[in-house]
Amino acid sequence: MQTDELTGRVREFLAAHDPAGTQRLDFLRARFDAGLAWVSFPVGLGGLGLSRAAQPAVDAAFAAAGAPDNDPLSIGIGLGMAAPTILRHGTDEQRQRWLRPLWTGEEVWCQLFSEPGAGSDLAALGTRAVRGTGPDGTDGWIVNGQKVWTSMAHQARWAILLARTDPDLPKHQGITYFVCDLTHPGVDVRPLRQITGEAEFNEVFLTDVWIPDGYRLGGVGEGWRVAQTTLMNERVAIGGGAVPREAGMIGALSRTWRERPELRGPGTHDALMKLWVAAEAGRLAATRLREQLAAGQPGAEGSAVKYAFARLNQEVSGFELELLGADGLTYDDWTMRRPSHVDWENRSPGYRYLRAKGNSIEGGTSEILCNIIAERVLGLPPEPRADKDVAWKDLPR
Amino acid sequence: MSTLLYSDVEEDLRASVRQALDRPAGGDAWRALATGIGCAGLAVPEEFGGAGASWREAAVVAEEVGRAAAPVPWLGSVLGTAALTTAAVGTAAVDTAAPLSAGARDLLPAVASGDLLAVLVLPLSTPPGAPVPATVRADGHALTGSVTTVADAQGAGVLIVPTPDGLYAVDAAHAEQTPVTALDQTRPLSTVTFSSAQATRLGDGAMAGAAWAAALRIGAAVLAGEQLGVAEWCLSSTVDYVKTRYQFARPVGSFQAVKHRLAQLWVDVTQARAVARYAAGCVADDDPDAAVAASLAQAHCGPVAVRAAEECVQLHGGIGFTWEHRAHWYLKRAKAAAIALGTATQHRAALGDLVSLPPN
Ligand SMILES: Cc1cc2nc3c(=O)[nH]c(=O)nc-3n(C[C@H](O)[C@H](O)[C@H](O)COP(=O)(O)OP(=O)(O)OC[C@H]3O[C@@H](n4cnc5c(N)ncnc54)[C@H](O)[C@@H]3O)c2cc1C
Repeated sequence: MQTDELTGRVREFLAAHDPAGTQRLDFLRARFDAGLAWVSFPVGLGGLGLSRAAQPAVDAAFAAAGAPDNDPLSIGIGLGMAAPTILRHGTDEQRQRWLRPLWTGEEVWCQLFSEPGAGSDLAALGTRAVRGTGPDGTDGWIVNGQKVWTSMAHQARWAILLARTDPDLPKHQGITYFVCDLTHPGVDVRPLRQITGEAEFNEVFLTDVWIPDGYRLGGVGEGWRVAQTTLMNERVAIGGGAVPREAGMIGALSRTWRERPELRGPGTHDALMKLWVAAEAGRLAATRLREQLAAGQPGAEGSAVKYAFARLNQEVSGFELELLGADGLTYDDWTMRRPSHVDWENRSPGYRYLRAKGNSIEGGTSEILCNIIAERVLGLPPEPRADKDVAWKDLPR
Repeated sequence: MSTLLYSDVEEDLRASVRQALDRPAGGDAWRALATGIGCAGLAVPEEFGGAGASWREAAVVAEEVGRAAAPVPWLGSVLGTAALTTAAVGTAAVDTAAPLSAGARDLLPAVASGDLLAVLVLPLSTPPGAPVPATVRADGHALTGSVTTVADAQGAGVLIVPTPDGLYAVDAAHAEQTPVTALDQTRPLSTVTFSSAQATRLGDGAMAGAAWAAALRIGAAVLAGEQLGVAEWCLSSTVDYVKTRYQFARPVGSFQAVKHRLAQLWVDVTQARAVARYAAGCVADDDPDAAVAASLAQAHCGPVAVRAAEECVQLHGGIGFTWEHRAHWYLKRAKAAAIALGTATQHRAALGDLVSLPPN
């Protein structure tokens, strides 16, 4: 479908659904049903089966008409990670049940992957799922364990969850991928305060939590393979978005430089321009990655984009604090809050500096990304490993 | 913005160039490239016998030239051709009220066919935004003066000489060339001296300025392609080497200290590819962002190529330090290319002016 035809459809849709006169949720649901939500998704699931490259024109046309959006910053885990996994590995029934309210933002999603004993080594996770019978007498799973660093669990209705279904197999083989209803009894979400003072993330205790078998994504024991879809998409989702020049942290820094000439100095100018160049290089690399994915080419660059995003954010925010001098010694607010998204724009430079420290940890640490690039992209030999063929229950920990 | 990917036509061009440069020594690689494949005319408009392609394709050629560290005068040819096409047809950025150059139009067909190598006479280290140098003076139709470290002039048929009061063409036979012992032996440098050399006036001072500025910008963008090619060769040959070199009963490429350095280099090369493609696209389309894109490309790709070459030497160990191994050609080419057409620091300073981030 040509761009003209597509934007024509958006116009027709807007003619039939006046953004000003329609309830926000009704508008978003209708947009989903018209296939104009994520146009690369199949017909009937919010899309038109088009290339991802067609999306920006659609979003721009809706934005230009002043239409309400689905507040993508607050539902990033659903849009960026849960949705592609449900699409790829879910049954028709699962896709029909979950994708629409996920996209409209009616139902927020979170990711129950990391555990106290399983971070980088995610496949070592120990949360157990055993077969059981539900309150309604149907087949399903009883889950026990502890998850940690769970972003936005306090907002979420659903979680994507990895649990061990067979501890006698080597660690990658005994994992199954589930969707967990966080309203079920036995789910206990507790805030974890982080270095910024607020609590975006949580620890989540699961005690005899019931999960119907119909909430399983992929086969029993197939969880690691299914999780790859989530993790690959997570890396593109972090730092891979389409943004204009000087978006994000470099924009804040450039504004400070322009508005406060008294801060300028000979040594700092070259440092500023180095960061500006790095930001622009990262932005163009992300643009090229999106073009590759739209053209159906493998996007091994996804890990590169996430790695570079973390490095850049940390350098830019660290430089900004030093440039500010006396103002760099201050912080906006240490109050413990429960935010609904990361507010890079409106919080202070000190917040940006601290929050950016998470960028090289969340979604795979920078060290792990380097391992992935080295082994899967460059084909370098793996480290000698002691854990591959050992039953999970016999691993040292 | 045009695509940052390569078209099928560009991939075909790449394959032909790679094959031509791979030919055993003794064959004339430059002839094969310039006339055989027709690279000389790639960015020359069809009305002057060119292929009517663009600087985007020229940048693909540069990538392969860099990958082979080939001693062919591609950069010199690009700078000369860019100056001539600008004089002949103008650019969007230039005030086209100036009459276009008939002299340049006369020269272009022979340049496009590859029979005449036209090289722009400028010090290779000229930074972005530099004014036309006043080291050569015109007296009627005779030029006098001298320019140091001119690249690729030794095989040139015609020298294009910008001066503050006009753009000139000089038959190379009418100039004296003194070769310089260059750090990068794959790109010959010479001092070019004119002693009342007979010259053809191609245009006035305004045209000289326009041709000069366009050539510097296009040269910077195409050179970024070459730097990308250098970096890619260094990365891939190092990856190949560390997979097969055993120490401590393991391939050295299985040590994480080595892997992470190469992974980080790959990230930088990935960015360099996007940045170089963007610059090539901008100069090809005469985009308003071309000056930013060209300086961005030099500020990013120059240092990436140098780091790739330095890592290549280091991770090859002793063998990488030998004359016998090819690594040193790339190191020298990368370091010299990082100075050519302005250092990264100079391009960052230029960018500051272009994007309203002033130094003080
Ligand atoms: C802000 C934030 C939000 C998060 N949100 C979520 C979420 O919503 N859901 C979720 O499931 N998880 C979430 N996480 C968790 C995150 O995925 C993990 O913290 C991360 O994978 C690292 O695990 P770890 O903390 O156990 O560190 P460890 O794995 O213990 O790592 C400690 C250090 O050792 C290094 N290291 C470990 N293994 C290797 C190796 N093989 N080679 C080299 N170095 C190595 C690491 O890079 C790190 O520097 C979040 C984390 C943060 C910071």
